[in-house]
Amino acid sequence: MTLFSKPGFSRWWSMVVKEFLQLKRDRLTFGMIVGIPIMQLTLFGFAINSDPKHMPTALIVNDHSEITRTIISTLKNSDYFEIVGELPDEEAGRRALAQGDIQFVINIPVDFTKNMLRGERPAVLIEADATDPTATGMALSSLNQVFEYVARKDLTGPLAQLVPAPPPFEARVQRMYNPEGNTHFNVVPGLMGVILTMTMVLMTGLAITRERERGTMENLLAMPLRPFEVMAGKILPYIVIGLIQATLILIAARLLFNIPFFGSIFSLYFATYIFIAANLMVGITISSLARNQLQAMQMTFFFFLPNILLSGFMFPFRGMPYWAQIIGNILPLTHFHRVVRGIILKGNEFGDLWQSR
Amino acid sequence: MTGELAIDVRDLVKTFGHKRVVNQVSLQVKRGEIFGFLGPNGSGKTTTIRMMCGLLTPDSGSGTCLGYDILKESAKIKRHVGYMTQKFSYWEDLTMRENLDFVARMYNMDNRREAVDEALEGLGLTERANQLVGALSGGWKQRLALAACMLHKPELLLLDEPTAGVDPSARRDFWEELHQLARKGISVLVSTHYMDEAERCHKLAYIFNGNLLVQGTSSEVIASQHIGTWAIHGEHLAELSEQLQRTPGIEQTVLFGTVLHVSGSNPVLLEKQLRQAIAGTSLKLEPMETGLEDVFIYLMKHTQVNGDKAV
Repeated sequence: MTLFSKPGFSRWWSMVVKEFLQLKRDRLTFGMIVGIPIMQLTLFGFAINSDPKHMPTALIVNDHSEITRTIISTLKNSDYFEIVGELPDEEAGRRALAQGDIQFVINIPVDFTKNMLRGERPAVLIEADATDPTATGMALSSLNQVFEYVARKDLTGPLAQLVPAPPPFEARVQRMYNPEGNTHFNVVPGLMGVILTMTMVLMTGLAITRERERGTMENLLAMPLRPFEVMAGKILPYIVIGLIQATLILIAARLLFNIPFFGSIFSLYFATYIFIAANLMVGITISSLARNQLQAMQMTFFFFLPNILLSGFMFPFRGMPYWAQIIGNILPLTHFHRVVRGIILKGNEFGDLWQSR
Repeated sequence: MTGELAIDVRDLVKTFGHKRVVNQVSLQVKRGEIFGFLGPNGSGKTTTIRMMCGLLTPDSGSGTCLGYDILKESAKIKRHVGYMTQKFSYWEDLTMRENLDFVARMYNMDNRREAVDEALEGLGLTERANQLVGALSGGWKQRLALAACMLHKPELLLLDEPTAGVDPSARRDFWEELHQLARKGISVLVSTHYMDEAERCHKLAYIFNGNLLVQGTSSEVIASQHIGTWAIHGEHLAELSEQLQRTPGIEQTVLFGTVLHVSGSNPVLLEKQLRQAIAGTSLKLEPMETGLEDVFIYLMKHTQVNGDKAV
């Protein structure tokens, strides 16, 4: 199979040269190539945190005793809750939640200590603004640990009988690949795919519609240049740009975010290359459908949104219903996320990657 | 290849959606001839040109361009034809030299550098060779476009309204160049709206609503319509013009400042009506040669009616 004849190769190469010359003169696009990865990486890499801490919490304390004071001070010392003040009653707590001033209201009811001593297992009432589940989830699950700690610390001597015995076995958790649960270990490699998707699809989408919009496509068609040569000539410069972007992101990941790198850099570049090519194909497809640059832009965003939301970049892929996973699996970004996280964080080799999901 | 005709197409038809843009157009252009292609906007000139150079496949019809079949050999046609698009279609963010160099590479020219240098010299643009094309004036852009489509030494030039928006002196230079090229044996098909340009062509064709109405030399085209024209000299002719348009036997009036051209297909009736109309005024009436413009406006008005009926 020969895609290129010898003159065809030289025509393709001059197409490539032309694209580079035009890119060099287009300051805005050039700025985008370098600026977008750096800006997005620093923005999102530092900004996104799926384990938020120090959330504003109000207290309603209707029972003052040694044990309630310990509960309060332990909450204060935990990373998740920042006690911002005390409220007089439940009414006031509801209002503060509704206004969004606070994330949690912790209510210690009347006779809490007395009922506890009687063995009635009284409840500490916690009301949370759970509109965003990720914001509250981790904090709420930490509460049981807080209470267990308080119980074991304060209820000693004869009171110890109030504390139930622990189960005769324990769960020993090993957090593999990201022991400290750093969000940016997940986000930064993920951003690599997101940034590449955006710039690659958009740029090729625009590259061909631009020729059409400016009327230069007619000229290209009138010359003895084959459509394949035009497309291939448009693609190569962007593959190079994509690899430059990927390199920038990797350097930033290492220097700025201290992301460990366990896999082979060669595997990563190989995967990136395939991923870039896939995105360029999408871009070329868009540019053949769009009549002008504006339409190409709109189509790019239409493609981009599901990529962000369904690829497992923002939300856990396994949390999606089956049909959404099918859509997600169609997107190149989904697979790239697995591959990149696999290589960078897990040190996967090609064999592992081939079967990974 | 050695045939007499550079372009020989028959019964070309092209339909876009429900609109028949080109209807049964047949054209013959001899080698070394400058062939003017006239017609109002949207009459199908560009579509016809694109079909002739293999950029567009006709729905039906056949023909050859430089001896190559327009349906099957478009790749070969592209190598030997220079096509200058209506809208400037070179890259404004490239320099002159880069544009020409790109074109030379596209045609796989062996002596690329010399050819580009030569073209730049021919344009008198050697000093501006490294200027971005976007910064050039309309006239220079047009000269660049011509030089670029001449670069690969085509045998046939298809020029789609090459002088639109170009000033008169640049237009004149441009036409000098075309005639020099024709003298060297290059055939030129050029579409235009300008009558003075039409008169400088060896042959003409007039297309309207996709139909080729007449074709021939300028005098053949004028003679074919059998209309007589008179000129009325004087002042305040607008009123008279309006009045004459309603007079039977008078088919067309065209006002040029202090001269009114009046045309009609029945010479006897025309003269009688005119003499009546100016009787008792100081206006001067004299017969004149019917010009191309008179004929084209006549053709346009009269086919519009017929055309509407046909649709």
